[in-house]
Amino acid sequence: MKIIVSIKQVPDTTEVKINPETGTLIRDGVPSIINPFDENAIEAALQLVEQHGGEVIVISMGPPQAEQALREALAMGADRAILISDRCFAGADTLATSYVLSQAVRRIGDFDLIFCGKQAFDGDTGQVGPGLAEHLGIPQITYAIGIEELTDKHIQIKRLLSDGFESVRAPLPCLITAVKQLNEPRMPGLKARMKAKKSEVEAWNCDCLGASQDRCGLDGSPTSVWKVFSPTRHVEGEMIEGETTAQKINTLIDKLREAKVL
Amino acid sequence: MQFAFTEEQQELFSYVQEFCDEKLKPFAAETDKAHEYPWDKVKQVAEMDLFGIPVPEEYGGAGLGFLEWAVIGELMSAACTTTGAVYGAHMLAEYPILFFGTHEQKEKYLTRLATGESIGGFGLTEPMAGSDAGSVRTTAIKDGDDYVLNGTKIFITNGGDAEIYVVIANAQPERGMRGITAFILEKGMPGFEFGKNEEKMAYKSLSNRELIFNDCRVPAENVLHKPGRGFQVAMETLRVGRIGMAIGAVGLAQAAFDAAIEYAQVREQFGEKIANFQLIQMHLANMATEIEAGRLLTYRAAWLKDQGLAFEKEAAMAKLKTSEVAAMVTSTAVQVHGGYGYCSEYPVERYMREAKLFEIVEGTSEIQRLVIANQLLKDAPRPQ
Repeated sequence: MKIIVSIKQVPDTTEVKINPETGTLIRDGVPSIINPFDENAIEAALQLVEQHGGEVIVISMGPPQAEQALREALAMGADRAILISDRCFAGADTLATSYVLSQAVRRIGDFDLIFCGKQAFDGDTGQVGPGLAEHLGIPQITYAIGIEELTDKHIQIKRLLSDGFESVRAPLPCLITAVKQLNEPRMPGLKARMKAKKSEVEAWNCDCLGASQDRCGLDGSPTSVWKVFSPTRHVEGEMIEGETTAQKINTLIDKLREAKVL
Repeated sequence: MQFAFTEEQQELFSYVQEFCDEKLKPFAAETDKAHEYPWDKVKQVAEMDLFGIPVPEEYGGAGLGFLEWAVIGELMSAACTTTGAVYGAHMLAEYPILFFGTHEQKEKYLTRLATGESIGGFGLTEPMAGSDAGSVRTTAIKDGDDYVLNGTKIFITNGGDAEIYVVIANAQPERGMRGITAFILEKGMPGFEFGKNEEKMAYKSLSNRELIFNDCRVPAENVLHKPGRGFQVAMETLRVGRIGMAIGAVGLAQAAFDAAIEYAQVREQFGEKIANFQLIQMHLANMATEIEAGRLLTYRAAWLKDQGLAFEKEAAMAKLKTSEVAAMVTSTAVQVHGGYGYCSEYPVERYMREAKLFEIVEGTSEIQRLVIANQLLKDAPRPQ
């Protein structure tokens, strides 16, 4: 079983701060991590290879420092890591990103599965995984919360939907996106980390992918970010004070009546 | 002189911190209340490869130093004092084998300790021999190729749960201290049994059991160092053990301080956060200053050890200072919490009970002062 995991390095915070003047993310002083959902994707791939044999190849498109995220994936137990980095990839939207990733997958050659996180913590689009499947012309199953069956012909996935679950079967090769509840990502031990530091992270650029430059980076991106801003909070919450619980409840009822909720 | 950690050390500590925050801290209270040895936590520490920090890689360790071991122990103790205590007591078996063991002994026992496959314990204390290590009454009489052990050890941390023990016994009682010999014992050896688990003021889930030797036969190849050199093994082990207790105390004190400064910024009285009151600020300043002093003493003792320099006096100073700091800081943290601090709903109540341990084990504060004074007088210039 050959499994490719596509990961992204993101700032380690759930509250990404935005520079109000430039509209860009403030990354200074914020450490970078593997996108948490991508850790679930790596864990799923590692578990499947532990059960069925094979190899896990982790790829990431990003600036040179994304190598750190790939080393973390190696420490978790991935067999191979490839950094896909080129100046001409900068400013890519989800279409251009998924195109470049698909070129990398083609270069890797035959594979059985691709795992991605359901979305990135910073961009939150959830489009790169599905886009990658489309570029490759393979089926995709998003929001995987469980792997019900895997043979050398097909995979059956339990999907997490907003109103329940759904079981979907697809032939291999297939792309899966992982939700947080799929598994608990392992924490690599010290020895694995030390080994991963010395391991090779392959570097692929635009040339070696044979990607057409006009489909990469800013040039290949039909969408552009018009404005990024932190929403301002207009209404402050109000604490209801009172000596006893009964008093507080009465105050609450009065307020709800005032607001014509009751 | 420089006080900064290297980039590698910072990286190491940051993911140990992450491990502690995610896997230990949220469960610290229930780990204590369980009254059960924290095997799940111990397994996780082993999976993180943290049980063999100063052990060379060829014996399954990380090949780092005692400073790294100390800082990791501090982080662990701050997150979960029970797990921190297991980590500290484990070293009391690991270190003497690392320091005195033969290659064969290291391959057989040290590797298992360094990988965390087995937990270690150190059997010195007896009903009539605590700090007075020379007076142990457990005997080990040579019989053919074996030694036959008889006697009882008490309060042994990890006792019964650990699989590998370094035990101090007297092989030639007629020679007094010169008969004292160290042995490596394994759980399951015939005649090696465990007695009652002590019910303690704190550390409810940590095992402190009797080790009972009833005609327990130990092969001569399990003698650690040389016959008659057991006192030296015990003293060397206690030196490193004191650094271990010191880091545990620093971690505990830090946890209590963190709880106090958080509470002070949340609790309101007279319409203000109590952190705005100068008397509370004084407490916070005193606590933090004392912790920092104890931490630096401890790191320096560990650093001296890593440099191969004498560290006995410094380790004793660190243990003395940090255990008194932990007692003061945890008590003050309860004070800052007021009535809530006295209730078990808040962790500081437990911290205060746990702190008392540090002033007692591995040599009481009184004994530390004796060790320090002995060293001072030995080093002092003789007046003309």
